[in-house]
Amino acid sequence: MTRIAVIDHGAGNLVSIQRALEEVGARPRIVESADGLDAADAVVLPGVGATGAAMARLERRGLIAPLRTWAGPLLGICVGMQLLFDDSEEDGGACLGVVPGAVRAIAGRPLPHMGWNDVWTDGDPVFDGIPSGSLFTFVHSFAAVPRDPSIVTGTSDHGGSFVAAVRDRNYVGLQFHPERSGAAGLRLLANYVSEVRRAA
Amino acid sequence: MLRSRIIPCLDVRDGRVVKGVQFVDLTDEGDPVELAARYTADGADEICFLDITASHEDRGTMLDVVRRTAAQVFVPLTVGGGVRTVSDMRAVLRAGADKVTINTAAVERPQLIQECAAAFGAQCVVVAIDARRSNGSWEVFTHGGRTPTGRDAIEWIRIATELGAGEILLTSMDRDGTRGGYDVELLEAAREATTVPIIASGGAGSPADLAAALQGGRADAALAASIFHRSEYPIPLVKDLLAAAGIPMRIVEQP
Repeated sequence: MTRIAVIDHGAGNLVSIQRALEEVGARPRIVESADGLDAADAVVLPGVGATGAAMARLERRGLIAPLRTWAGPLLGICVGMQLLFDDSEEDGGACLGVVPGAVRAIAGRPLPHMGWNDVWTDGDPVFDGIPSGSLFTFVHSFAAVPRDPSIVTGTSDHGGSFVAAVRDRNYVGLQFHPERSGAAGLRLLANYVSEVRRAA
Repeated sequence: MLRSRIIPCLDVRDGRVVKGVQFVDLTDEGDPVELAARYTADGADEICFLDITASHEDRGTMLDVVRRTAAQVFVPLTVGGGVRTVSDMRAVLRAGADKVTINTAAVERPQLIQECAAAFGAQCVVVAIDARRSNGSWEVFTHGGRTPTGRDAIEWIRIATELGAGEILLTSMDRDGTRGGYDVELLEAAREATTVPIIASGGAGSPADLAAALQGGRADAALAASIFHRSEYPIPLVKDLLAAAGIPMRIVEQP
């Protein structure tokens, strides 16, 4: 059984990601400190809210250094994806800095960009069996701008194209919420869990 | 392209879905978990639960309903009713809600919006507003529509947005339960007052009413209850009709 540490940094809703991971056959455990990473095959970094507040909470729980040095598979969702980059325009603050790039405001209205939107993909394995242009749910006002455009695996559009998914070495980032994106979201999580299982 | 959302709303009282007309005369409409699961399979873009007696009664039943629904429904879940503090909001999120509405408590103490947005992010703070026409404008009512506040609804939308509301759930009390159509003028006025998404609520009687809210009223989402509860207009039919009218819809294939 694939053991997945879901990082609880004190904000937002962990229950839906935990339930969705169970649904696709993984064994998620919510962890609040670095100790919880020891037995994990992969880490999921969820996140809602502002990047600055999320970084402050990771700091308080002693999770910054352990996450920066974590070498196994790491899936960042929404703000959890944004945290992988160097810094965010949102609070002008530093993020984890494990993937080169920045986080910038998106242009569309209304904002937050909230609801179901198309994700255009180009063959990354997390999208196996999910046609390009499938719909996923988003809730955000900022998006990542990777320094290396070749890490982009999915894009969407809201007042202009923005990055919806990336893959860089052991990191996968998703700006949308697979745990709340119906059948397509569950398929994506199942793909990710199989990938982790094969790597373990 | 961002799709317009169709949101079935389940008013929950004592663990059952109920429906009233202009906030009174309640009838039983079924089990909330079963209805939420059915609507999700039908293609609901989100599910909304409103605990319509939470200000007075035990909240445990509602949290249990949220927990059981969140466990089997993989679309966003919005929950409201009786949330008065950051810690109330945390409890609802912990039960599995993705977004939480605040209403009366935010009017009484607007700072609550800021506190909740700081704690959980603006995107999960939905400010719910019950508005009634009064002398050419709209007045905010609280306590489930029982208490007039003297506050102008459009001005309140501006303030709530500045304080960090991530979305506005705007209910026309004049239209609620009447099935006479949404208050499109109210939606238009609200659209001019905020850049955050607006959920239209109150008055849906037919798919044409939803189209009017999303097109004329420029709402981002249309919330409805009774037209879905009795399968008079099943969600797949509504979505097909709205898509044919040129409104961007998420169409979920039916088995």
